[in-house]
Amino acid sequence: MALSIVDSCVNCWACYDVCPSNAIYQSSAHFKINPKKCTECEGDYAHPQCASICPIEETILDAAGEAINPLGSLTGIPPEKMKEAMDEIQAR
Amino acid sequence: MQLNVLGQENGGEAAASSCASGSCGSDNDQMAALPEAIREKVKNHPCYSEEAHHYFARMHVAVAPACNIQCHYCNRKYDCSNESRPGVVSELLTPEEAVMKTKAVAANIPQMTVLGIAGPGDPLANPGRTFDTFRMLSEQAPDIKLCVSTNGLALPDAVEELAKHNIDHVTITINCVDPAVGAKIYPWIYWNNKRIYGEKAAKILIQQQQKGLEMLVEKGILVKVNSVMIPGVNDEHLKEVSRIVKEKGAFLHNVMPLISEAEHGTFYGIMGQRGPEPEELQDLQDACAGDMNMMRHCRQCRADAVGLLGEDRGEEFTLDKIAAMDIDYDSAMKTRAVVHAGIMEELEEKEEKRKRLAAVNVPASADIIPEDTRPVLMAVATSGGGLINQHFGHAEEFLIYEASPKGVRFISHRKVDQYCIGGDTCGEKESALAGSIRALKGCESVLCSKIGYEPWSLLEEAGIVPNGEHAMEPIEEAVMALYKEMIASGALAEKAPEAESISA
Ligand code: SF4
Ligand code: SF4
Repeated sequence: MALSIVDSCVNCWACYDVCPSNAIYQSSAHFKINPKKCTECEGDYAHPQCASICPIEETILDAAGEAINPLGSLTGIPPEKMKEAMDEIQAR
Repeated sequence: MQLNVLGQENGGEAAASSCASGSCGSDNDQMAALPEAIREKVKNHPCYSEEAHHYFARMHVAVAPACNIQCHYCNRKYDCSNESRPGVVSELLTPEEAVMKTKAVAANIPQMTVLGIAGPGDPLANPGRTFDTFRMLSEQAPDIKLCVSTNGLALPDAVEELAKHNIDHVTITINCVDPAVGAKIYPWIYWNNKRIYGEKAAKILIQQQQKGLEMLVEKGILVKVNSVMIPGVNDEHLKEVSRIVKEKGAFLHNVMPLISEAEHGTFYGIMGQRGPEPEELQDLQDACAGDMNMMRHCRQCRADAVGLLGEDRGEEFTLDKIAAMDIDYDSAMKTRAVVHAGIMEELEEKEEKRKRLAAVNVPASADIIPEDTRPVLMAVATSGGGLINQHFGHAEEFLIYEASPKGVRFISHRKVDQYCIGGDTCGEKESALAGSIRALKGCESVLCSKIGYEPWSLLEEAGIVPNGEHAMEPIEEAVMALYKEMIASGALAEKAPEAESISA
């Protein structure tokens, strides 16, 4: 079982610093998790550390491929509101 | 897990980051209120001295990407929008690269006296990268002052280490002392291996900030506090913040405006939270000033800014360009010492001259301005050196001064879109010029070295009198001279008829 990082990662290094298993590595486009090393923090912490510090929503996925931090959960911006604003900006 | 807020089991290493505070600000006359020891420390620091910032340069190195909190004015997908300006991706440096860059800049811009680490995340949430950089620099470039900005969450754990590297300036961004206010600014923090939300998070952050502030003051390390003014959220509250941090020994409190464009994608930007109007900001800065020096010239620098405040020469020092430079730091240090001594001498001469002039002026009865003469705001175009030495059309920003019977006081700087960048290549000259004129709202005159015919007439129409007569003169003296000219000519009569009786 392992978590994974997808391409919305902004390469902020935060997860890299807090992983107890040294499972996270820098890779060309963005940081990645080595599935062989990732323990999901079992035995070390109650919560997966990378997903507890990552500032970007929908960037770290659980073993089932679900976003641990879904849209709106970290910024507090309701997804509809975000979409509305982005549509408006793009229409300018 | 039991939260141990005041102890710091386990907080430090894990700290991730928020956008760290910029490290600039100042004001000169209030410098006088500072104790001698502090004045000595900050007199050649461009961020803390209105005078010095015309002469000395600073730089930031971006070695600290991680953050341990989220602020509603920050979006990590871009750069931090408040304390490092948005829109441009920083070149993240390793500590070794940062040291190389710092030495290259110091050798090429000998006026550079201060190296700061301010992000792009929170420097103390990146203790390894931040402290490696400081350690190498204090060994290899001992003539450079070091400073650091932080959101404060990991600060108590870092104080020992900071003291070791002889870092004498720390900036803490403190936006509140009340968790209920904090919950409207910080959605979450990463603390003791958990993400914590809401008021609980804000309470921990506030406790860490206050504790860190106290510990630094105890160690004799200078502390500046930055606050972001968010209308309707913490504007009134910042007066209390100001009182508390000063009581605890912060030597400066710098209030900065919220930047919240929707396109930055921040919570405040998307949700339509507005930033303060210039007048609101100025009122709050005045209310918080007290007897303490405020930093009106603060430029809210990017985390990788290089050069004099208001300019960014980072482009000249990209990694590939640095690699091609051959830096002999020992000989550079000698040149730097000579340049610094020269500048200090010039500053001291200016100070002497100011005192002399003040002494001469007082008895000259014709010069006394009645106390009820109304104050006037004036804009100044300068490219540094404390002189009026910039062409109106080349000014990327104006310094705003207030002249009043009490003297001349620096208020702020205002950015403008350039309507002309040397040559007539720009198509939308007029509309951009209109933008500059809007930026000068409230000013009655603008002092510059030269100005074109076209902007001249547009400025006059807008009620702003352009003035090129004081080109190359020291700013404060020129502003006062023009104020007296205005009084003499009756220009202030409309709102203050009693000014008519004055002769300059
Ligand atoms: S879940 Fe834990 S072990 Fe796995 S990558 Fe994240 S921090 Fe490392
Ligand atoms: S914390 Fe998130 S955004 Fe930052 S490097 Fe890790 S995965 Fe990428």
